[in-house]
Amino acid sequence: MLRRSFITLAASAAVLAGAGTSGFAQEETIKLGASAPKSGPLAGGAAMTHWPNIQLWMKEVNDAGGLKVGDKQMKIELVEYDDKTSGEEAIKNIQRLATVDEVDFLVAPYSTGLNIAAAPAIARYGYPQIATTAATDGVKEFAERWPNSFWMLGTSTQLANGIVDTISKMKEKGDIGNKVALVNVADAFGLELIGAAKPALEKAGFEIVYETSYPLGTQDLAPVISQAKAAAPDAFIAFSYPGDTFALTEQAQVQGFDVPVFYTGVGTAFPPFAKRFGDAANGIMGIGGINSSDENVKGYLDMHKADLGSDPDFWASATTYAGLQILGQAIEKAGSLDKAAVVEAIKTGTFDTVIGPVSMPNNVNEKVWTVGQWNNGVFEAVAAEGMPVAAEPAKKSGW
Amino acid sequence: MNILVTGILLSGTYALIALGLTMQYGVARIMNLGNGETLVAACFVAFWLYTGLAINPLIGLVIIAPAAFVINWGIYAVALRPLVNRAKNRGQLEVDSILATFGLLFLLQGLMIVGFGGEYHSYTFLAERFEIFGNSYGLNRVVAFAAAVLIFVALWLFLYRTRQGTALRAVAVDPDAANLVAIDVARTAAFAFALGGALTACGGALLSTFYTFNASMGVVFTMKALIIVIMGGVGDVRGAVLAALILGVSETLVASLIDPGLTLAATYTLFILVLLFRPQGIFGRAPT
Repeated sequence: MLRRSFITLAASAAVLAGAGTSGFAQEETIKLGASAPKSGPLAGGAAMTHWPNIQLWMKEVNDAGGLKVGDKQMKIELVEYDDKTSGEEAIKNIQRLATVDEVDFLVAPYSTGLNIAAAPAIARYGYPQIATTAATDGVKEFAERWPNSFWMLGTSTQLANGIVDTISKMKEKGDIGNKVALVNVADAFGLELIGAAKPALEKAGFEIVYETSYPLGTQDLAPVISQAKAAAPDAFIAFSYPGDTFALTEQAQVQGFDVPVFYTGVGTAFPPFAKRFGDAANGIMGIGGINSSDENVKGYLDMHKADLGSDPDFWASATTYAGLQILGQAIEKAGSLDKAAVVEAIKTGTFDTVIGPVSMPNNVNEKVWTVGQWNNGVFEAVAAEGMPVAAEPAKKSGW
Repeated sequence: MNILVTGILLSGTYALIALGLTMQYGVARIMNLGNGETLVAACFVAFWLYTGLAINPLIGLVIIAPAAFVINWGIYAVALRPLVNRAKNRGQLEVDSILATFGLLFLLQGLMIVGFGGEYHSYTFLAERFEIFGNSYGLNRVVAFAAAVLIFVALWLFLYRTRQGTALRAVAVDPDAANLVAIDVARTAAFAFALGGALTACGGALLSTFYTFNASMGVVFTMKALIIVIMGGVGDVRGAVLAALILGVSETLVASLIDPGLTLAATYTLFILVLLFRPQGIFGRAPT
């Protein structure tokens, strides 16, 4: 009996001592909280674009000794939660991170929907929210409503205009005619982009010969491709998500849908896409793109490959990493862990990132790549706003 | 014609998804919510065998099916038999099994996320053009369809031409009466559950040849399988196949002629119609 209480006592003492040290260690580290999908429909996208970049950035910063905050050098530790691709779960996670874990800063959630869902909660706790995977036409209003939020991936109008301008350019050159087949996934992302693309296409003098939408999660897209093929368009544009992006492309390949412009949405920029379609991927256009001839981007690609053993996606991965760089630099600039000071630093500063210098005086990054095209294993940007492109758009020839 | 062939090829996929659940729910009375996860796990194993060891997925079936059989037998013996033993009636077993396999769902999903991450996976296998009546289709889909037909024929012969198969059907219809004619109901149910798991795994392996999958998409398959199984009449493989065919063709018709956005609506309309007019399913027997 005596022995047992002694052991209990010793154990509690050990636990207390442990808690004491970790409490002491907390002062020397910056606690970073992250909530994003590890399961649910967007888990695949987050595993490609979101989580690896957090890991990579933390490794880079910690290997270099940490961030310089005032006169202290502080390493970063991560507290991470799965939001199960659910807005409610994301909000709960943010609350937990803020009140229980008492993290110093947050990594913004993954995807347009989850960033918008979590924005009010993040604003309530005053954290800066640097959204790097959200594309919506609401960015200006969001920035006004939540001044702590920063939107780095552009608007859906920018992204839709990107592809419309690209095919306009090709039409003027006489590469293609004016018939377009238009397809979208029926969720926030697809609806926003189709809403922006349709008037732009009509304004540019294109004729929409086939148009349809399909629900999120549809994998049997053979009917869509066969109907689009029957309409004999010059350009096929699909605002799709990863699963359907793969399915549409495979069907187009199988059915021999030879179209000079074949454009698909999220997922086109993923390295597994190029791996899956091999040579047939050449000439396929998609949302995003990067300029791999840019030294900064090149350095990022090499670092990702070297540290994580895999390639990043050729769109939002670099932006996600850049968002974290901005957070780090802003903390150093503010010289403290005071959230308001860091928000102010982000708003007023210009930051050196892997996607080039970024400044967001209106909480929005207006310089974005909008359309990419596969060319021998690299997804080069062929359209952009406010920055140079990597290559000129070319016609796709065969599968 | 194009629509019809596309629809029939799709129905082959659906039949593959649903046959396993027909066995597990129809005979073993286990409403296995982890069914979709079993399917996805088989996708991953086929993927791993193909990309890692260059084993053709069709040959991979020879490894995957027996392995799934053994694992599912194990799951049944360890996790589900206690529920069967303590259940006073069929309703209680269904409720208990739903709760237990709900846990299994998360366990399997978690294991797959740990093992393979949440990324999308796919590989190229027979992604070639195959001409039927002047239209081209993916060869991998045609092969999967052919395999589905073979599996169905083998299963049908087993169920309707062998003693063990007859015992399975007897348990599906009335476990108590089956017990009275000296059928070892407990053993038969375990066998049915394991067989269902093996069938589901075959479906997954074949599906992986033309589908992009990730660790968290099992629920979608469970839902589809559930609708098909209930539409076809619980425990009847002919009904499941017929329901899959109806579903595949009508979804393709709606997607081609009306709007791809309405395929889900078409699925549920059919489901509701069947429930309204034949609540026991197409081949199910009316309760007496």
